Amino acid sequence: MDVLVCLKRVPLAGGTLILTPDSRDIETKHLGFGISPHEENAVEAGVQLVEQMNGTLTLLTLGPSDAEEQLRSQLAIGATRAVLIETDGQEWDPQGTAAALVEAINADETNFDLIIFGAESADSAGYQIHIRVAHALNRPIITNVKSMKVENGVVSCERVVANGREHYEAPLPAIVTVRDGLNIPRYPSVPGRMQARKKFVDLKKADPRTPKLEKVTLALAPSKDKGAEILGKGTEAVPALVEVLKQIGAF
Amino acid sequence: MSKLPEKAKCVVIGAGIVGNGMVYHLAKLGWKEIVQIDKGPLPNPGGSTGHASNFIFPVDHSKEMTAITAESMRQYKEWGTFTETGGIEVARTPERMQELARRITSAKSWGIDGGQILTPAEVKTLVPFIDESVIVGGYYQPSVGVVDSLRTGTLMRERAIEIGAALSFANIEVLDITVENGHVTGVVTDQGTIAADYVVIAAGCWSPKLAAMAGAHIPLTPAVHQMKDIGPVPFFKDAKGDIEWPIVRDMDVFMYERQHGTGLEIGSYAHRPILYTPEDLPSNATAALSPTEFAFTQADFDIQDEHAFELMPSIVGDENVREKYAINGILSYTPDGMPILGETPEVKGLWSVAAVWIKEGPGTAKSVAEWMILGDSEIDLHSSNIARFHDHQKAEFHIKARVDESFNKTYGIVHPLEQYASNRNVRLSPFYVAEKNLGAVFYETAGWERPFWYESNKHLVEKFGENVMPRTSEWESRWWSPIINAEHLQMRETAGIVDLSAFTIFDVTGPSALAVVQQAALRQMDVAIGRVVYTPVLGPNGGFKSDLTIMRLDTNHFRVVTGGAHGMADKKWFSDLLPADGSAQIFDLTSSYTTIGVWGPKAREIIQAVTKSDMGKDSFKFSTCKVIEIGPLRVLASRISYVGDLGWEFYIPIEQGAKLWEMLWDSGRDHEMIPVGIGVYGTTGRLEKCYRAYGPELETEYTVVEAGMTPPKLKEADFIGKEAHVKHRGEKPIAMLCTLFVDDHTSSAGEKRYMMGNEPILTLDKQPIIDSHGRRSYVTSAGSAPSLGKHILMSYLPTELAVAGNKFLVEYLGEHYPCSVAEVGATSVFDPSNERIMA
Repeated sequence: MDVLVCLKRVPLAGGTLILTPDSRDIETKHLGFGISPHEENAVEAGVQLVEQMNGTLTLLTLGPSDAEEQLRSQLAIGATRAVLIETDGQEWDPQGTAAALVEAINADETNFDLIIFGAESADSAGYQIHIRVAHALNRPIITNVKSMKVENGVVSCERVVANGREHYEAPLPAIVTVRDGLNIPRYPSVPGRMQARKKFVDLKKADPRTPKLEKVTLALAPSKDKGAEILGKGTEAVPALVEVLKQIGAF
Repeated sequence: MSKLPEKAKCVVIGAGIVGNGMVYHLAKLGWKEIVQIDKGPLPNPGGSTGHASNFIFPVDHSKEMTAITAESMRQYKEWGTFTETGGIEVARTPERMQELARRITSAKSWGIDGGQILTPAEVKTLVPFIDESVIVGGYYQPSVGVVDSLRTGTLMRERAIEIGAALSFANIEVLDITVENGHVTGVVTDQGTIAADYVVIAAGCWSPKLAAMAGAHIPLTPAVHQMKDIGPVPFFKDAKGDIEWPIVRDMDVFMYERQHGTGLEIGSYAHRPILYTPEDLPSNATAALSPTEFAFTQADFDIQDEHAFELMPSIVGDENVREKYAINGILSYTPDGMPILGETPEVKGLWSVAAVWIKEGPGTAKSVAEWMILGDSEIDLHSSNIARFHDHQKAEFHIKARVDESFNKTYGIVHPLEQYASNRNVRLSPFYVAEKNLGAVFYETAGWERPFWYESNKHLVEKFGENVMPRTSEWESRWWSPIINAEHLQMRETAGIVDLSAFTIFDVTGPSALAVVQQAALRQMDVAIGRVVYTPVLGPNGGFKSDLTIMRLDTNHFRVVTGGAHGMADKKWFSDLLPADGSAQIFDLTSSYTTIGVWGPKAREIIQAVTKSDMGKDSFKFSTCKVIEIGPLRVLASRISYVGDLGWEFYIPIEQGAKLWEMLWDSGRDHEMIPVGIGVYGTTGRLEKCYRAYGPELETEYTVVEAGMTPPKLKEADFIGKEAHVKHRGEKPIAMLCTLFVDDHTSSAGEKRYMMGNEPILTLDKQPIIDSHGRRSYVTSAGSAPSLGKHILMSYLPTELAVAGNKFLVEYLGEHYPCSVAEVGATSVFDPSNERIMA
């Protein structure tokens, strides 16, 4: 069982966002970087599959050279090797990204049985790459899954929809996009970090492409008033607290 | 919440451990109308206090730092927020074992007892989860502990509010600090303006930005300290509370590990220095975590992971023990490693309490509050005084260069004479090139490059042979050369020329000039024009604030000459005494004048050969100064000596310095004059004459009487510290400053060892010596006395023990050496009747 997980290096925003002066990007000088939350579930799923069924887990990303940091972090939780298609740091449009990924997948010596994506990236959230890659590779794709298992060359997945669940199956090789809730991603251990340093990261230069999609501007959503309301002090606050708990359906 | 007041006695900016401590201690000392503001929310406004590791190791090689830490620990205990855990500094190398022995000697000198050296097996008994095979030993200090700094700050703040002395406001941003006529007038915030007589900046790594609003400087830089929490650790599964196991500092890899509940916290000072500017820090709103918790950069920690794994494989090497939390935490670092405390020299009423870590917070706050309200602090804070910085040391380049260099020395083995390599050659004397050509080895003082010795004098080492007291051990030979002692001996035979460009020089002028210098000086300053007075400068409690020389150049014109290192603080001390009516002024002439000293038995012949002025014994008396002509130059010559030989200091406008050097050099060549470095001037020459130095011997903890420097006659004029000094004169001193000789230098390994200062003086049964004020006896200064063939130690001893011939032990790097009192008081051990100086 050879699994590929595709990742994207994204800024980890925890506070109010600031835009760059040209309003085309998020200001990242105060921010750390990670991968999108859904992608953490994707890697965890990949690690579990390889643990259960043997085989390899490869990570693939397109991004700046600094994205090696994200690859190493995920190698630390159990991936086998990684491929970094290095850009000049500019955001690529979905068409270009998907084409570069497809090229790398086709060029890879491993024929991946399963390719897993996160449902969307945390920053641009285009919801396109996985579909474009599936189309280009002519593979079946199941999106937005919250449960997945692989048996006898078939991947079976469930999606949560209003008032129920949908069940899908696809023959391997296939592509799946996963959502958070699929599993609980593990954090790296120190020995995992140490092993990750020795794992192979294949650096490839991305061929420059002319983007067909241009990001013109970003605008921040109006901030919501997050002011706290003091319900009272000590035991005096209990009735008001009970009221609030009732309102939010706590009991 | 009440409204922000329009007026306050004092605004304290910052609600971390330091700001809260300031509010509490100012209130405790009686101030009211204190207003505290912070940009962030309470109780954790987002500064460095919020992410601190919170452990305290009580010992530092700095007496000041250790005293502040001890006082802080006392307060944390009083608030019930201290948990004693014990702590072990482990060594992986023999060099570190020597350093640990040195730390124990510092501990004994500063009154921190109970420390002991452990074998690897003993370390393992205390900390079962370490691999003892990677260490060679450890230093166990049982009084190490962990504090809850956020809780302590909250308690202090609430107490100040409770007694009605203070109000505290969160989420308020300072937009400006207003100043009128050099005095702070208030704080402009995003929620109104507060008029105030005093403003205290206790804002950690944001402090420089706030100071700049008022035109002042707090030269620190935010720097990253990396921390990683892993867990849950099976071994700690039954942990009760925050911490039960001793904290381990893995000194040789600059790391620490501490149990934190069921987790293990791993911290490092080993990664590359990652420095920011205060402007780089995000606001509370835009920060992903907090403004001082940046995203962890794993690549900088890769090697630290391996080191932690080596020391604690059963925990760190467990694949199921995972990273819980990791940050690049921001701390404040300064270019010389000390805090930045006191009133800013630029703005009256604007105080800095910055670059203070958790272990120093409450103690520092108490001391600075005393300083603000009582005029001085009980603990001497001279190494932390904000006024110490020379102008070039406030430049961002300097701050960054020095912190970049010293960050990895946080846990390093730092030799007492170790020199910075970065940002050198900033202040060069007019003779720099000449000195360089003579093979000068330059050390730095206040940015000045000063020859410490000259390689051109190497041949003298052979000439004087064993009399140079050669050293074989690497530690004492580091940053030292036998040439220093050879220069000393040659100067005593013929003469030496010394570059003294690093002096700080300022003139006090105007109708009130006499009144100003009288206020500052213990000694009588209403002297004849042309007199040179060496005088202590006292603080209100009668302890030392400085010692310096003052020349009376005219009725209303005095020239103050003081050391480079402490010169800027002295300048502020005198500036603070200037009357408001403008009837006296201070002019800093440090960069206008350069100084050359020529001393030795042949000094008079050398000088007389180039001047028509009569340099004779009776025509140019000791302790006088006058302008003489040397060739084309008019030079202010001052007949004093810090090395114990006949000679003069020559003051000359800096652009004429090279010419003066050339003329003196040419004349001196006929009399075997040699260039002499600061190794002689600052140590060997000084110590043979038992001359005291500000800092080591002279500080606020000791009195003039104890230092043996009581003037025979008390001057009538008022001066700062007079009341205390009068009291001290009337009492029997509790301790006396003594000069001791080391009687046997031979170590157990058969090698001769030479103490370097700060070692404890012990009784013959190895017990610490403590006077009735609780002060310990330790070596204030140590160095060769080549003319006597002795190694000199200076130390205060309780008066009853201060008897010539009394025998003691000095502990040095874990061994004990016999020493004995050679002289009690200030009488020189070399040429006690001063015949050479008076020749």
